[in-house]
This record gives sequence, C-alpha cells and structure tokens, in this order.
Amino acid sequence: MTATENGSPKQPSTDRSLPVIENFTRRAAVKGAFATLGAGAFVAAISPLRQAAENSSAAEFMQTHYTELSPDQKGDVIARLEAETKEKYGADVTIADDRPIPGTKFVYAINLSVCNGNGKCVEACHKENNHDRDTNQSYIRVLEMPKGTMDMEKGSTTYSGTVPKDDKFYLPVQCQQCDEPPCVDVCPVKATWKEEDGIVVVDYNWCIGCRYCEAACPYHARRFNWKKPEVPAKEINPDQSYLSNRVRPVGVVEKCTYCLHRTRRGKLPACLEACPTGARVFGNILDPESNIRWILENKRVYILKEELGTKPAFFYYFD
Amino acid sequence: MPRIANLLFAGVACLAVAMFFVAFNQMAMQDTAYTHHANLDDPAADDSRHVADQKTSHADESESSGDLEVSAVKFPVTIRKPSGPPRIELAGMDPQGRSATVACSTCHANRKPNIENVSAATLDEFHRGMTFKHGTITCYACHNPDGSDSLRMADGTSLEYQDVMTLCSQCHGPQATAFAHGAHGGMNGHWDLTRGPQTKNNCIDCHDPHAPNYPKMIVGFKPKDRFNAPADSDHDHQGADVHDSH
Repeated sequence: MTATENGSPKQPSTDRSLPVIENFTRRAAVKGAFATLGAGAFVAAISPLRQAAENSSAAEFMQTHYTELSPDQKGDVIARLEAETKEKYGADVTIADDRPIPGTKFVYAINLSVCNGNGKCVEACHKENNHDRDTNQSYIRVLEMPKGTMDMEKGSTTYSGTVPKDDKFYLPVQCQQCDEPPCVDVCPVKATWKEEDGIVVVDYNWCIGCRYCEAACPYHARRFNWKKPEVPAKEINPDQSYLSNRVRPVGVVEKCTYCLHRTRRGKLPACLEACPTGARVFGNILDPESNIRWILENKRVYILKEELGTKPAFFYYFD
Repeated sequence: MPRIANLLFAGVACLAVAMFFVAFNQMAMQDTAYTHHANLDDPAADDSRHVADQKTSHADESESSGDLEVSAVKFPVTIRKPSGPPRIELAGMDPQGRSATVACSTCHANRKPNIENVSAATLDEFHRGMTFKHGTITCYACHNPDGSDSLRMADGTSLEYQDVMTLCSQCHGPQATAFAHGAHGGMNGHWDLTRGPQTKNNCIDCHDPHAPNYPKMIVGFKPKDRFNAPADSDHDHQGADVHDSH
C-alpha cells in the first residue's frame, strides 16, 4: 500500500495532458471564429452571383426593370435575349418591343352557345407562345360545365373524347386582363403590371418566381415554369416580343397577353384564328364601330366571378 | 493566431472592395452609354433625363396617331365564297385512269325536275342515300328547278352559288345579323383594318347545307397540369362517409 501511494502523485504534470500547440488567447479565438463566420456569410451572400455566372451573363444579372430601360438598353437586352435563344435553342428569333397602340383597350368575348370544347384554341396558344412541349402547357383551359351554372369551380378540365356532350357546355378560361388585377397588387417586386391597352404583362427578367400572383388570380390564369421550357428549334415561333411569347426562363410566372406580339400589330390573337367554331371575338372596346361593342350592346353578356370586383376585360355571351 | 484572423479580415475586405469596383464599373459603363445617347451635359441629372424621355415618347405617340388619322384607308374584309356551282364526280374512269367532274346541268338539262321529290328518300336513281337533316324544307326550296347551276330564293328569283349566304340569310336572320357584326362565324387576319385585311368564313365553310348541325369533334390536345390530373383526387371534396370506407 505505501509503495503505490508513493508512486501515484508524481505523474499528473506533463505526460497525460492533451497536446497544446500554442497558448491561444480567448480574444484571438473569438476573433478567428467571427472572421470565419464573416467569410462564410460573404461567400454565401455572393453565391447567387456564381450561379448567375453559370446560368446567365452578368448583363442579365445587372438588368433593370423593363419600364426603366432606356431605348439603348432595351436594344442591348433584346440582342442578348436573341443570342441566348440561338445558343440554348438553336433558333433564329426576332424579339420585338411592342408597345400599346394609343387609343386602344383590348377586350375579348366568347360565344358559349357556339363553343364546343374541342380545344383547338388551347393547342394554338401552346404553339404560338413557345410553351414547354413536354407539359403541353397553355394559357387556356377549357372547362366542361354542367348546364345551369356559371360557377367555373363546378367545371372539369379532364373531359375527353367526342364533344360537345349533351348535358354540358364549355367554358374556355384564360387571363381576363382585369381592370382591378389582384395578381398585380400582390407582386412584391412589381414585376407584373397593367399597360395602357389593358393587357397585364410580366417582365420575365424581373420576376422572382414567388408565385403570389398565381395564388391571387381567381381565374387560375397564371402558370409557373417549373423547369426549363423545352421546344425543338424548328417548332419555335420566331415572331416574338419581350413582354409576350419569347421563351421564358425557368422559375418565373407567365400568363396570357392577348398575344400582344400579334394584337399590337393589328392582328387577331392565335386562339381566335384557330377556333373552328368561330366562338371567339376580339377587338378594341374604345372603337364604337367594333364587333365587340355590338356584342356588349346586343347580347346577354356575363363575366366570371363578378362578385370579386376584378372587372375583367373578358366577356362570355349566349346567342 | 491573431495574425491569421487579421489575414482573414484583410482578405474579406479586399474581396468586398473588388466587388464594389466591378459593380461600380458596370454602372458607370451603363451611365456613359445612356448619356451619350441622350446628349445631355450633366450625367447626374436624373430628373431631366426622365423628362427628356417622356417628351420623346409623347412625340412618338402624337406622330403615330397622326399617321393613323392620315392613313384612314381601311383594308377590306373578304368573305370567302364558293368558287361556283358544285361539280359532281363521276363514278367511272377513262382508260388512262382519270376521273372527271361534271356540272349539275350536264344531267339536269335533259331531265325534267320532279317537284314531288321532297327529300332523297323518294329518289330511285341518282342522289340516293344522301343524308338530309335541314328541317322540313325540300330540295327545290333552295335548288333552282329552272336552272340547275343556280340556287332559288324564296321569292322564286335565281341566285348564283357564290352568293349562297343570301339564301341562308332568308331564314337565319339573327345569325346573319350576328355574322355582320363578327359575333358569328370565324375570321382570320387583322382586327385593326387600318393595318391589314381580314378574311371571314362563309356559312357553308362550317355548315353542310344538307345537314347544317355543326359536327361533333374529338378533343385532341390536353395540357398536363394539376387541373388536368386524373379525376382521382375527387374523394377529397366528398363527404366523410367516403373517408370512413378507407
């Protein structure tokens, strides 16, 4: 017992302690930790720039809002977008910057007595607006409705086969270009707005993809690009516009623009030209001689979800 | 150890400064391009630039609207027309394998019209098996017994096949009115006739005169989105009874 008691207290000094490299002060440790944190935070903060460098040019990252671009800058942006489309899709396209025609307010009307739900408008929209081929995306949905109601929530889009069915009518729904657009109100970055001719547009390069507008739209009219749109080069519609049918980037919201790349050049929208039943009517409501004015003055006209106060520029009528 | 920390700090600071320089250069380049275009002396005068922009855009607007008023020449609205009286395809072929078409009058010049025939059902030689679903009107309500290459109006006057819409409009007045105002019938081309012409369909482009009901169609194109998913999720909206059975 005595021998062991003598041997044990000699040891506790240097041999068994952990190896210490240097005498490290508390202040230096805190400094080092914060420096590391700061560097990490900085790298994290600039990491979107690194990704941006992969996906897009610095010029795209630095681009300002569409409404604040000077004509020169617009020219640069459009040239860049055309080059990008050529690079990514192999298609030669022309992107124009169509502005509203003074003295026009575009309005659409659909004759529900005539529409038979064949869906040619849906297909025409798909092709005209360079939608993703894989998802068959389109700005138009045709609802098969039970007779006796105009409540679009009672409709179904899953119908197929021979149309029209006897106890149904068909309600094509697309962006109603509301005069009080809830989608515009909720956008946190003002990437969507209403133009003078009534068309609600999106700056696809300004949209952050939060999808508030998609949730706010009572007509389910907005679409989100979940993945990069895939369109074969020979199927790309080369006749494009910045605010309309240019190929949209992934992660942004898009919507019907009444084909402004056509209608602001005086042409009829693609869905109207494709309609085999002639149910669709388009025009300038400010022109008292227009077709649309005659319809509004002489037909039984409905709007969807009137009680919401969105004031659509889109009308439905029966013969 | 404080040395390492200081080094890290210095590195971060350098990076930040470098970033700032890059951003600043970009802005400066854009600014120079901008001011060069606008021909303004003071590049910092944001407000004056805005004013200048507005002025030019207003000038553009007034110019273009002025152009519209001057060039009030309207392009025509063309209503498609049948090319002429229908031609009947002959059943037989010549020795070279060619078929031929003949006019109605080729046969009807020799055959006396029989007003007794009110539909294809009572015919015993030609035009048999024709589907006819156009109310209770008879063949000679529209076809001219006195000139088989023309149509016959209700008042007995003859009418060219090209003007078939006049014939239809005798009974289908509301449709004709709606057509005249673009509320019935398809169209192509321009809504704005000061910029381009428009083409409208004829009655018989969409309606078979002998069976004018618009034909049924098959739905061909369907987008794939959550609204078009299989109707599997319907039970979500039904009552609690359905859920109990799960």
